[in-house]
Amino acid sequence: MHTGAGVEARLPIRSDMDLVWVRQHVRQAAAKLGFSLVDQTKLVTAASELARNTLVHGGGGRMEASHVTTGGTDGLRLAFSDSGPGIPDLDRALSDGYTSGGGLGMGLGGARRLVHDFAVETAPGAGTTVRVTSWVSRPPRLRGDV
Amino acid sequence: MSGGFSRPMAGHVPVLRLGDMLLVTLQGALHDSMADQLQQDLAETIVGSRIRGVVIDISGVEMIDSFLGRVLAEIAAQTELLAARTVVAGMRPAVAITLVELGLTLPGLRTALTTEAAMELLAQPIVPVRTGGVREESP
Repeated sequence: MHTGAGVEARLPIRSDMDLVWVRQHVRQAAAKLGFSLVDQTKLVTAASELARNTLVHGGGGRMEASHVTTGGTDGLRLAFSDSGPGIPDLDRALSDGYTSGGGLGMGLGGARRLVHDFAVETAPGAGTTVRVTSWVSRPPRLRGDV
Repeated sequence: MSGGFSRPMAGHVPVLRLGDMLLVTLQGALHDSMADQLQQDLAETIVGSRIRGVVIDISGVEMIDSFLGRVLAEIAAQTELLAARTVVAGMRPAVAITLVELGLTLPGLRTALTTEAAMELLAQPIVPVRTGGVREESP
């Protein structure tokens, strides 16, 4: 059985070097929990987008990773938080093609598509926290294959 | 920092010259600043050394986010402006699946499954395929 050992972590996001550590941690934690290669890649990519938002728009912050379970299914929850200026228009920030940071404008909306659960808490001047969770998907067992 | 993690590369991405072509091999842990530096280095090398083709081997790249996607698209576009061509080789299946879901299909990018196939593509005579900017080619 999986355990949360090695999954729980709190990582600073203060430089592009930290983005590399965030990606490596999420990759290893997802692999440990049994995520498929494609699902690992999706979660790592989402984490990279969100961590870069924390760095570029939030002026730095941190990521907290935790192991969650529901109905016997393991999941990985990631929370990216900063105490930056907040997102004034969340709907607009979530739409594809909208950018304020010189990227392709795929960051927030793209990250949302790559994870199972996605929630943003933000207010002008009060910082931003984005929480995402993805679950290990187990293929349905074949009939008779007990 | 944490032990057990592979150390991110520091400094420049190595660029190998083969005749009038450049071979760039990107590995797992790439910093944003290194990708930006590579973009500048390539433009200067193409002009300074009369390069006709650039192959970027990404078979060792475990994820492409919108930042790295933008850098690759910009390298391809700037290479065209400098009378050369870029082929991105060896994208992993999981990376391609994730890019599409992210919404980043990078229509201006030429791709090949292997570096050998990319070299063959670049050895062919130039066919003018581009009609506009990178982001204007989608229907």
